[in-house]
Amino acid sequence: MTIADIHEVPLDAIDRRLIEAYQRDLPLCPEPYAAMGEALGVSEAVVLDRLHHLQERGVLSRVGAVIAPHRAGWSTLAAMAVPEERLDAVATLVNACPEVNHNYAREHRLNLWFVVTAASREAVADVLADIAERSGIGVLDLPLERAYGIDLGFKPSWS
Amino acid sequence: MELTPADRRLLDALEGGLPLVSRPYAVLGERAGLDEAEVTRRLAALQAAGVVKRLGLVVRHHEIGYRANAMTVMDVPDDQVDAVGERLTRAADVTLCYRRPRRLPDWPYNLFAMVHGREREAVLARIDELLAEHGLADLPHAVLFSTRRFKQRGARYRAEAA
Repeated sequence: MTIADIHEVPLDAIDRRLIEAYQRDLPLCPEPYAAMGEALGVSEAVVLDRLHHLQERGVLSRVGAVIAPHRAGWSTLAAMAVPEERLDAVATLVNACPEVNHNYAREHRLNLWFVVTAASREAVADVLADIAERSGIGVLDLPLERAYGIDLGFKPSWS
Repeated sequence: MELTPADRRLLDALEGGLPLVSRPYAVLGERAGLDEAEVTRRLAALQAAGVVKRLGLVVRHHEIGYRANAMTVMDVPDDQVDAVGERLTRAADVTLCYRRPRRLPDWPYNLFAMVHGREREAVLARIDELLAEHGLADLPHAVLFSTRRFKQRGARYRAEAA
């Protein structure tokens, strides 16, 4: 999908407060959504309803864990220089790999960028080799060497 | 922290996300073969150890109007790259900052910073400002905006492919 075609989803005040407050430190009590509602002054049902809504509209990928790289498996950022007329076909081939979780076209000679995550370094290397072989295009392997700072999620300023 | 088999089962069970029900940790526990209290105890420990960077809402930037997504890459001398990375990551509009290997001659850059904004021009101006503030303007750098999104979802660590 072209980035320009992704529509901004209108958010209400509760949506915004959920996004501001709970990209990290989700309550670890038996009823976390009720606790979130209590903190925001709404019921658990309202919190669940808004989260369902955000998920349906594509704003919310999931309520879940972001795992630190290389702690539970291996991952890499891969890049390819794909002739423009083959971009759709190669992106489809890359998307079809279950180990690929992000895949974007970017403005550069290296125009296809994707993240490969698997149980081991060897398994990641196999996926890259397979994509290179099937597409006939070299794949650059750019694994993370060091992450700086703490992942706080995303701090939007609402327009 | 060494992950136990129970931690791994728990992280596997979490891959699709926490269910949107009253007692999500109990459901997670059923999937992982752990009771609810053990699930929350282990999740707290995994966060404290840095294995789980964060637990919460994972939001797609584009859908909340942040459509200008710039992967900003720089070629920083090896003896300075860690100091520059630590400084850049504190800037409010830098969401992630990573060091990666160069792959010469195809790829000369070793520092990656993600900068998100609503409008392309504003993001480019902000990147120029950041580079100037940190004395990086003269280093080789490039800004790679995303133009198309083919896939975005959470990572899956289990070997699912044949």
